[in-house]
Amino acid sequence: MKPRMRQCMILAAAVGFFILYGWGLLGLPGSGRYPGPYGDVLNARAEFERHASDVVSAINFDYRAFDTLGEEFILFTAVMGVVVLLRRQADETSGPERRALPGRSAPPPSDAVRALALGLSAPLVVFGLYIITHGQISPGGGFQGGVILASTPLFLFLCGDYRQFCAITSHELTEAAEAAGAGVFALIGLLGTWAGLAFLQNGLPLGKTGSIASSGTIAVISFATGIEVCAGLVLVLMAYFDRVLVIREGGS
Amino acid sequence: MLLWFPYAVAAWLFAIGLYGLATSRNIVHAGLCLAVVQSSTYVLLSAAGYRTGAAAPVFARVAVGTPAVDPVVQALMLTDIVVEATVLALLLALTIQAHRRLGTVDPDQLGILRG
Repeated sequence: MKPRMRQCMILAAAVGFFILYGWGLLGLPGSGRYPGPYGDVLNARAEFERHASDVVSAINFDYRAFDTLGEEFILFTAVMGVVVLLRRQADETSGPERRALPGRSAPPPSDAVRALALGLSAPLVVFGLYIITHGQISPGGGFQGGVILASTPLFLFLCGDYRQFCAITSHELTEAAEAAGAGVFALIGLLGTWAGLAFLQNGLPLGKTGSIASSGTIAVISFATGIEVCAGLVLVLMAYFDRVLVIREGGS
Repeated sequence: MLLWFPYAVAAWLFAIGLYGLATSRNIVHAGLCLAVVQSSTYVLLSAAGYRTGAAAPVFARVAVGTPAVDPVVQALMLTDIVVEATVLALLLALTIQAHRRLGTVDPDQLGILRG
């Protein structure tokens, strides 16, 4: 397509978009004047119905859990796509870690980076697990905590070289964790139907509001999501590390 | 004026991202433009659910019944942010393979898709 024609098409699309957008905005209240009612109903009911003081988590993992299951499988499939696309092809070999060109070797990680990354890795694990397990009480949950947890292997990679990273991480275990995280989410829903409840209905004891063992399935699903998000992101990291550092074109 | 400002920001983010996508000379750049377009939806959603002076929808420290912002849009957003990150990773993986097979990352040079 010629650039000129493309510009015209984009201009037409943009004009059309802004007319429709402006028209749509006319029906919205101004920002800061949320009229309800769904958010207000959930805000008022969630703590009594589900014993979860974080309404956002209650929506994600209970009221709207079926939707979140779909989103989680988008994540799962995207990670699978990355792993499949970046895996070693038939005309490639994987050798020892790629050597830099002479005179262009990367400097080793500085002591400051190593000290910071090593010092941060243990607190990050604790912080990530804290965010995952307290999602039903305070802001947090599986999605946020999973991302925090997944940054720990990245810090460990920054500490040393790729071989050391491989020595302390397990590809098989990460894959299993990702599958288990996605599977447990669906399984909880199915176990509910076996007990005569609706799919993903909250059938576990709700516990005392404000404790970790509260909110029934919300806490369990949040934990499973955390494991899946963390393992999925680590798998993406590993796939990219492999592609950039290990896999080579042609025979070795 | 301030009532419509967040909606204008969302429209601006969408437009600038779309412009970047349309004029992109590099798939990596196009992927990042897609992320910008997507972030406009976050601004739009949180603006639509915002209530001036209201609390966050977390009732651990404040009593139930305190005016709070809409939790539904926040739930929509936070799942999407994580999903967006992995979808961007998928796009970058596609870029690596496209570059390996065709030797270019310019969308115009990629030509027709080959199986």
